Amino acid sequence: MRELSVEKITQAVADLCVEACCRLPEDMRKAFATARDSEPSAVGRDILGQLLENADIAREETVPICQDTGLAVIFADLGQDLHITGGDFTEAVNLGVHKGYVEGYLRKSSVAEPLFERKNTGDNTPCVLHLRLVPGDRLRLRLAPKGAGSENKSMLKMLVPADGLEGVRKTVLEAVTVAGPNACPPMVVGVGIGGNMELCCLLAKRAAARDLHSRNPDPRYAALEDELLDMVNRSGIGPQGLGGVTTALAVHVEWAATHIAQLPCAVNINCHAARHAEILL
Amino acid sequence: MSDVRYIKAPFDEATARSLRAGESVRISGVILAARDAAHQRLCACLDQGEPLPCDLQGHVVYYVGPSPAKPGQAIGSAGPTTSGRMDAYTPRLLACGLRGMIGKGYRKPEVVEAMKQYGVPYMAAVGGAGALISRAIKKYTVLAWPELGPEALALMEVEQFPAIVVIDCLGNNQYEAGQAPYKKL
Repeated sequence: MRELSVEKITQAVADLCVEACCRLPEDMRKAFATARDSEPSAVGRDILGQLLENADIAREETVPICQDTGLAVIFADLGQDLHITGGDFTEAVNLGVHKGYVEGYLRKSSVAEPLFERKNTGDNTPCVLHLRLVPGDRLRLRLAPKGAGSENKSMLKMLVPADGLEGVRKTVLEAVTVAGPNACPPMVVGVGIGGNMELCCLLAKRAAARDLHSRNPDPRYAALEDELLDMVNRSGIGPQGLGGVTTALAVHVEWAATHIAQLPCAVNINCHAARHAEILL
Repeated sequence: MSDVRYIKAPFDEATARSLRAGESVRISGVILAARDAAHQRLCACLDQGEPLPCDLQGHVVYYVGPSPAKPGQAIGSAGPTTSGRMDAYTPRLLACGLRGMIGKGYRKPEVVEAMKQYGVPYMAAVGGAGALISRAIKKYTVLAWPELGPEALALMEVEQFPAIVVIDCLGNNQYEAGQAPYKKL
């Protein structure tokens, strides 16, 4: 059986933290440039230009694109034929987050307990870990730091079958409209449809963390992604909410089987700092 | 952008009242940095009748929680945080003489009413442009509550800090005015 040491996992996570927070994916950077050329609002064009400059400074100087380096959300796909050696997997991942955020000069935004003391843990642990067991003998780690400006604008509607496609459209538009400038547009909008309450939210999160130009493999849902993007960009919100046609750079939809009485729909918005980094170990 | 207005902070009353929604500004001087936890503590001081760590008169507050400075940097990335989370505290601080606010996002109607009452503008910096904005911040000095880390109350020396006036002291709102022409739903 193939083996992988916890030390390797820790170092990989630490590297992913810095990579994700300081180096905006190239497809996002290109999308800023494309949007700047087509945005009719002068203020919007100016903002998109500033976002390009910001991404370049962050990459050149290895400083965070945005000071809110988020909670570290980690999607781990663990091959069932891989044997992890030398310690506890979750501890190893959190040690990587500690190392990445402390040594990488990233902001520590995690409080240990939410309601009474809200004391900062000082190293951005614990991360939010989504672990899936998959075929094979590899470990895929995808880290998507998520800031609060956009996360606070998440929405879940427990729609019913009669709400249908129109219910989904209304939910997405409501989420984006309520979010407005607070979620730092241009956004990447993640939409989850189906499943149950918690699965639907996770679908939306996975959708928001997808690569910018990825498309749902089902052509019906891919067409829905296009339709929702067009709708969102007719909201008028524009870059930073100051008006324009570039409210979102993408809408991603993920779906799952659901109950005969249910049509849950969740929206998870990513700000323009739609950060993620991935490694296959 | 054309027609950029260069202004000094802290603000005098005339400057604060003359700023208009939609104007691009570059702010030089000294501004305060405070976000959720510092606002809560400022209001706790007021509740208990204790003196504030600094006189708010004329000050512009920037809602920010910077990332740590690397060696040789004055500050880490330092873009604006969501202003709405400060709404619950804002009217009381405006009553204490606060003269301007920089952040991002919508404000509650009661905050806009207080801005009109006290003659205070609200400005937006580009959210998520923390690396770029940090270049306008020359010095970062913690004033109080260092245990709050990125949430400590601090003073910032800024040079040509870029912002856009979003809501002015007459209640004009650039989010509304800017979005309206592009809304096609």
